[in-house]
Amino acid sequence: MAAGRARAPTAYALTPRGAHPTEAVRHDPCHTTGVEVVPQGRKARSALDRRLSSLLVVAPEKEVKQLDRVIIRFAGDSGDGMQLTGDRFTQETAAFGNDLVTLPNFPAEIRAPQGTLPGVSSFQVHFADHDILTAGDAPDVLVAMNPAALRANLGDLPKGATIIVDTHDFTARNLTKAGYTENPLDGDTLAEYALHTVDLTGMTIEAVKEFGLSRKDASRAKNMFALGLLSWMYGRPTETTNAFLAKRFAKVPDIRDANVAAFKAGWNFGETTEAFVVRYEIKPAKMAPGHYRNITGNLALSYGLIAGGVQSGLSVFLGSYPITPASDILHELSKHKGFGVTTFQAEDEIAGVGAAIGASFAGQLGVTTTSGPGVALKSEAVGLAVMTELPLVVVDVQRGGPSTGLPTKTEQADLMQAMFGRNGEAPVPIVAPQSPGDCFAAAVEAVRIAVTYRTPVMLLSDGYLANGSEPWRIPGLDELPTIDPDFATEKNQGSGDDAEFWPYLRDEATLARPWAIPGTPGLEHRIGGLEKGDGHGNISYDPANHDFMVRTRQAKVDRIADSLPPLEVDDPTGDAKVLVLGWGSTYGPIGAGVRRVRKAGYHVAQAHLRHLNPFPNDLGEVLKRYDKVLVPEMNLGQLSLLLRAKYLVDVVGYNEVRGLPLKAAVLADVIGGLVADAEGIDVDLTPASIQQESHDD
Amino acid sequence: MTDLGLPALRSGTESVPTTDEKQTGKDFTSDQEVRWCPGCGDYAVLKAVQSFLPDLGLRRENIVFVSGIGCSSRFPYYLDTYGMHSIHGRAPTIATGIATAREDLSVWVVTGDGDALSIGGNHLIHTLRRNVNMTILLFNNRIYGLTKGQYSPTSETGKVTKSTPMGSLDHPFNPVSLALGAEATFVARTIDSDRKHLTSVLAAAAAHRGTSLVEIYQNCPIFNDGAFDAIKSPDTKADAIIPLVHGEPVLFGAPLEDGRGAKALVRDEETGGVKVVATADVAAEDILVHDAHNPDPTMAFAISRLTDSGYLNTSPIGIFRQVQRPTYDDAAREQVASATTVPGDDDAADRSARLAALIGGGDTWTIL
Ligand code: SF4
Repeated sequence: MAAGRARAPTAYALTPRGAHPTEAVRHDPCHTTGVEVVPQGRKARSALDRRLSSLLVVAPEKEVKQLDRVIIRFAGDSGDGMQLTGDRFTQETAAFGNDLVTLPNFPAEIRAPQGTLPGVSSFQVHFADHDILTAGDAPDVLVAMNPAALRANLGDLPKGATIIVDTHDFTARNLTKAGYTENPLDGDTLAEYALHTVDLTGMTIEAVKEFGLSRKDASRAKNMFALGLLSWMYGRPTETTNAFLAKRFAKVPDIRDANVAAFKAGWNFGETTEAFVVRYEIKPAKMAPGHYRNITGNLALSYGLIAGGVQSGLSVFLGSYPITPASDILHELSKHKGFGVTTFQAEDEIAGVGAAIGASFAGQLGVTTTSGPGVALKSEAVGLAVMTELPLVVVDVQRGGPSTGLPTKTEQADLMQAMFGRNGEAPVPIVAPQSPGDCFAAAVEAVRIAVTYRTPVMLLSDGYLANGSEPWRIPGLDELPTIDPDFATEKNQGSGDDAEFWPYLRDEATLARPWAIPGTPGLEHRIGGLEKGDGHGNISYDPANHDFMVRTRQAKVDRIADSLPPLEVDDPTGDAKVLVLGWGSTYGPIGAGVRRVRKAGYHVAQAHLRHLNPFPNDLGEVLKRYDKVLVPEMNLGQLSLLLRAKYLVDVVGYNEVRGLPLKAAVLADVIGGLVADAEGIDVDLTPASIQQESHDD
Repeated sequence: MTDLGLPALRSGTESVPTTDEKQTGKDFTSDQEVRWCPGCGDYAVLKAVQSFLPDLGLRRENIVFVSGIGCSSRFPYYLDTYGMHSIHGRAPTIATGIATAREDLSVWVVTGDGDALSIGGNHLIHTLRRNVNMTILLFNNRIYGLTKGQYSPTSETGKVTKSTPMGSLDHPFNPVSLALGAEATFVARTIDSDRKHLTSVLAAAAAHRGTSLVEIYQNCPIFNDGAFDAIKSPDTKADAIIPLVHGEPVLFGAPLEDGRGAKALVRDEETGGVKVVATADVAAEDILVHDAHNPDPTMAFAISRLTDSGYLNTSPIGIFRQVQRPTYDDAAREQVASATTVPGDDDAADRSARLAALIGGGDTWTIL
């Protein structure tokens, strides 16, 4: 970016060409250039349409540069509305047709002390003209709303990155709060970056003057000013944001109008100022044909649970206790009672799962949602569901641990807890989504297993998937499985007057027991946590029976593997000696790392596990096909441990527990090292060796 | 039940299908061998429940008993209904799920003093405040039986047990006071050995829509024998039991010449509570008339405080409180029903269409 640097933290004039400030404000960003805007509500447009309209809005005097991808990070105080800003930019970008991946990052405190480093909240969005897999390793552009936001994020920026700073908050007091002894905007400390100092707040206050808001309220619209500026810079369509603001603030017209005005003012500022001389164009991505929306993991997971209810004909009963980062699923499901969904906010985690088990016993689809600490509390009850063999979906949106750990950060260190975190031999199937949109299909799969096999199922999402988003191709209902609850209605043992109902007489194929719900005459029975006699289900302390039942419960879970497709291995030429195997949200960074290595001309295979228990039947065979198996995880090697134990394969772990997604560049290096080892060659992954200018992360 | 002069109310079992078939206690007896210690008070309660259930006239398959852990929690195995013997302290949570999911079930919880008041104390109070339609039978033997004789949260301070050789230090809970504090809508206390009283309380509890808490004094002859002797012995019980009958003056003790009990409850001006006085010493109109339907639980609480926290020499017995409040499960079902009342909703095809609209909503675009 070739913009001149302003040394002093003073505002650019709002109207460099002498126009009256309010005049600029009144301009509709899209209409100033005489472009016809596609009316709101007309949602289906071809990528070409959108590309054309975006090209046309470019003001003639500004240079337009083509880029294939950009990573922008919005950062500010947690009260500055950065999550909303990022979210709106994302919606605009999704509507434009780029592929995208987002990474929100916010403090655990609702309002950490204002202006301090712990109070910084950020939202990163990576968008491209091609299919991408991660939110990007390092931002190309940082928007910093205060000194703390600048300081907290500067370390992540590569040299030459663009920084747009709101100078308004660079006061002595705020600089001190952020730990600066000198104003970084003065002097040369930021000389290696393309720095733009703009009084975003001051211009926002000016732009919304006519609405008579207090100074405080007026300045709160500064995030919309910043959004307007960035929207201009990257040619984003504005109608989604205008529609959003109209709806969000429908009841407070002053605030609505101020936000709309600030948004337009930000756009116009970009258009008119001489400080920004270049606009960027990132063409829409070629994506598989289909109907798309942008979706976060928690939303997709909620929809998946509802879909599981519809596909099985069961009413969903959610018993839950609020916990970060899972609460949004409770919020979302509580809005969908129209699908027969009951949401019960319990007094604690245990009551949440207890009520879900009760609902399952009564013939509904019991679900409980939580994070790691909640799973620990629910363990005994999950064991009860194992013993009583009732359907139950336990959603664990993993966060940094142990104990309270890092509530708002991501991690995948609950695998062992999901696998073994109960007393006794208590096998529980485990399903893990690999991306935000994939949370939908993973939730449907968890419901399928729970209902078909009469078992609790762990659905392991994580904080990154929960809050991150991506374009999601909306599946047709015909793509979803039909799930049959197959309630028992008849006695199943003996005949005539001696006929009985045996609650533990199993289906031969699945080993599932009959699910007879209260209200079914003649099938009255008692179940509980005590060991059951095989078949009849009465209490049994017989040693041989216990041994048999323990093995049978395990065999039932193992048998789920027979219903799974073979593991998909991506090994384009079949020449790879190294396999990278992952699970959960590491899918994106692993895929991006693999692409880098392949672009540099080397061979590497990739596979990703949706099912962690049981593993797919062919996993052992796949592992043995490769000389080296790399298992990157955001834990200290939990999947590695399981693979080594089960398959006696000497897998290599790559492990980070920083509360953040793995980085593609780092993984590429690790993979490169293994490829060098396995093939006895030198591996060069320096940019020069990679033919393309940028990586397809 | 006698006419209580209340507006027409929904009964606790109103939505449960009934049967015209004649039922007996035997129909509710499972084929499992009952395994409590000889002489355990649990036998009497089981017999009373088995012979009472036919009176409800409900279909057997629509009755569910849920229990936690402890001696009494074996109860569901002995009843030929649907049942779940769950985990320690959690029965009210499971019953909440069942009762909320299914209006057509009569839901019962069997629990003990350790199960309900110690490990499950949280669930008990929250179930009571929500007023989920179920009846909780709290067997209070003031000791831990299944784990072989440790003191419980209702044991008297100073109790010498295996875990407290020098005497326990804990101040006990009074389950009735606790339930009233949690604003339970039905709170009663009865005695294992008084079949008639027990049955009348069960009937009232089952008829109540909401959470009914019934504390049952239950003797554990193995680890806490004689804990309730004062209220059971023919010699002492007249002075030990303070009978609570809605609409009647509270009188007890050996009868006077006029047939009234020698002792009476009156308001205590000094403490704001109630106290026991000689009936002969007070005017008839000053004697407290028990009002179980008083929306304000203060007086019921004051009466509950007359229970001895040490060795039980005196205890009010009967229905302390019986008031109407909307139940959680009715309200939860109403929310679901009101959200689903769109034409043809129960149609699965319609639900699928709405699912397609839901997931296909928001800002969408199409790639051709
Ligand atoms: S220990 Fe006590 S309460 Fe338990 S079964 Fe024996 S007598 Fe009954």
